[in-house]
Amino acid sequence: MEVDLLKTMLRDMLLARAFEERAAQEYAQGNIAGFLHLYPGEEAIAVGVLRAAEPADYIVSTYREHVHALVRGIPPGVVMAELFGKKDGCSGGMGGSMHLFDRERRFMGGYAIVGETFPVATGIGYAVAMRRLPEAVICFFGDGAVNQGTFHESLNMAALWKLPVLFVCENNHYQIGTEIHRHSAVAEVWKRACGYRIPAKRIDGMDVLAVHEATVAALEQIRAGNGPQLLECETYRFRGHSMADPGSYRPKVELQAFEDNEDPVKIAIAETVAAYPTGEQIAAAGSGNIERLSGHLQQSELLTAAQLEAMRKEVAEVVEEAVHFAARSPEPAMEDAQAALDCNRHDEVLI
Amino acid sequence: MAELMYWEAIRRAHDEEMARDPLVICMGEDIGVAGGTYKATKGLFDKYGPERVIDTPISENGFTGLGIGASFLGVRPVIEIMSVNFAWLAMDQIFNTAAKVRYMSGGQLTAPIVVRSPGGTAHQLGAQHSARMEKVFMGIAGLRVVTPSTPKQAYGLLKSAIRCEDPVFINEHELMYNLKGEVPDQEFFHPLEGSEVVREGRDVTLFGYNISVHWALQAAEVLSKQHGIEAEVVDLYTLSPLDRAGIAASVSKTHRAIIVEEAEPAVGVGSEVMAIINEECFFELDAAPLRVSAVNVPIPYNRQLEKAALPAVKDVVDAVLSQVAK
Repeated sequence: MEVDLLKTMLRDMLLARAFEERAAQEYAQGNIAGFLHLYPGEEAIAVGVLRAAEPADYIVSTYREHVHALVRGIPPGVVMAELFGKKDGCSGGMGGSMHLFDRERRFMGGYAIVGETFPVATGIGYAVAMRRLPEAVICFFGDGAVNQGTFHESLNMAALWKLPVLFVCENNHYQIGTEIHRHSAVAEVWKRACGYRIPAKRIDGMDVLAVHEATVAALEQIRAGNGPQLLECETYRFRGHSMADPGSYRPKVELQAFEDNEDPVKIAIAETVAAYPTGEQIAAAGSGNIERLSGHLQQSELLTAAQLEAMRKEVAEVVEEAVHFAARSPEPAMEDAQAALDCNRHDEVLI
Repeated sequence: MAELMYWEAIRRAHDEEMARDPLVICMGEDIGVAGGTYKATKGLFDKYGPERVIDTPISENGFTGLGIGASFLGVRPVIEIMSVNFAWLAMDQIFNTAAKVRYMSGGQLTAPIVVRSPGGTAHQLGAQHSARMEKVFMGIAGLRVVTPSTPKQAYGLLKSAIRCEDPVFINEHELMYNLKGEVPDQEFFHPLEGSEVVREGRDVTLFGYNISVHWALQAAEVLSKQHGIEAEVVDLYTLSPLDRAGIAASVSKTHRAIIVEEAEPAVGVGSEVMAIINEECFFELDAAPLRVSAVNVPIPYNRQLEKAALPAVKDVVDAVLSQVAK
């Protein structure tokens, strides 16, 4: 893998973590209200998937979508301003944390009804297929969404009509506060795709390189006209479901284990600071490969500790500036709300 | 001017729009190869092919949402839901996505879909196939609701709805697909907003929509011939947004108002029109407005009970007589 891409993905993840932790602080201070669903722990998925996507691809996401928006290129200040409900937010302050949109970047929205996104993404895929363009739709969803009827309805239609949709499950093992074995008869999400003859794969969602690699392969298949694909990325969220949720239903030891050993940011640092190992190296490393890879840190010449520190400082400044941008942005007015509702009514035969 | 049946008028609108714009598609259960339960898409599959005339699985929420997603990219889907009773299953996509996406995206995305569906009570279809749901749709901000009472409206409203940037719900009627009426040979677009005085009168205004316009017209004939009362009949072909000015203008002329609706009275067209009358022209009234509505029960299967649950022409006549007497 190219060094530049590795560094880019590492910076994405550092920015994502810093942005989300700051959002939590701003929420605590009352600058962000409503529901706020944060992403720490899951960064490798958004980064690995979206860095494998093309600018012409379409993204459909959930209410836990700040990082998808950031990696897609929406400026952090514009995302933060939307979280603040301000006029300069990417949805003009009309959407909020759960409804980030950017038409130009083909970021087709964050949606807050679990399962709502499957038909929408499938429909975008239908329109893409009608145009015969080599574009794909990437649909993010959680493990909790796969028990909605829309999941099955959409997988069926996507497979039936060979639509260019990549379904990406961010399996963090909890639907709000209920662990996957208590909400799903079949806890392996990828297996469900088999019922629709959709090629599916389970990957380590804590490893940005694995996610990136799997996405590249899946998108290649999709662009070749072979229909939808599904990736199940196993991950873990370090925080509760939302800021309103302390996450107390999860055993402390489980959370600790993930934070200590599975933190995707730590893993990415190790992977970037050390050269990405070959297949033989991974095999030789055995199950304790994370620690072994970390051991490469000192020897690596890809990124020094000082460079890493500079990267951390740089993203902290970006987040600081994003908060200032959001704070300075004006509040939208009721006329803006009305304009958002009416703005496209230009058909003169209507009235 | 040709005489067309309601279904033929709808079919013609589909055909013209699909011939004009390759991005206009139609979709629904059995609409393609089978030509549609009510023939509204008959022959289109052969003409435009399976990609644009989509026989969908029985997945109302799924395929409605698929249409919405496609519409984000400029596709113009006309989605047939075989019966409004099945539209409940698609409510999430219609209400949460189509009606709100422009708003919550700050105006960036819009969902120019048309959902067509027959509502109303037909003949002994039982409680789960006889719902009247227009009252549910008309209460949702961001969604337009129209309901044609004639083949001409069915044609012109669908033409305008397909060209409209907003999501539009078209409430048709199970019993009206074979209704005949004149439709101009020349292409035309019916306004999506407004109401129409279909019979002039001076003594009372009867507001109807869809099938109840016909009941109101029949009642007006009886009132004129047998009682010397001249009722004005106003066709509320737009249920959202309701034509406040049109409602107020007619009531200001006749000073009496009765709303004839096929649905149960609660939270419906009648109650909304009454509220508008109160707000716009209360002091023009000579008598309290009345509603002639269905009985507040799910529609019974039994033929006699089904009939008894729905308003009849006689109920409208009686309501007018009781109101005029006051």
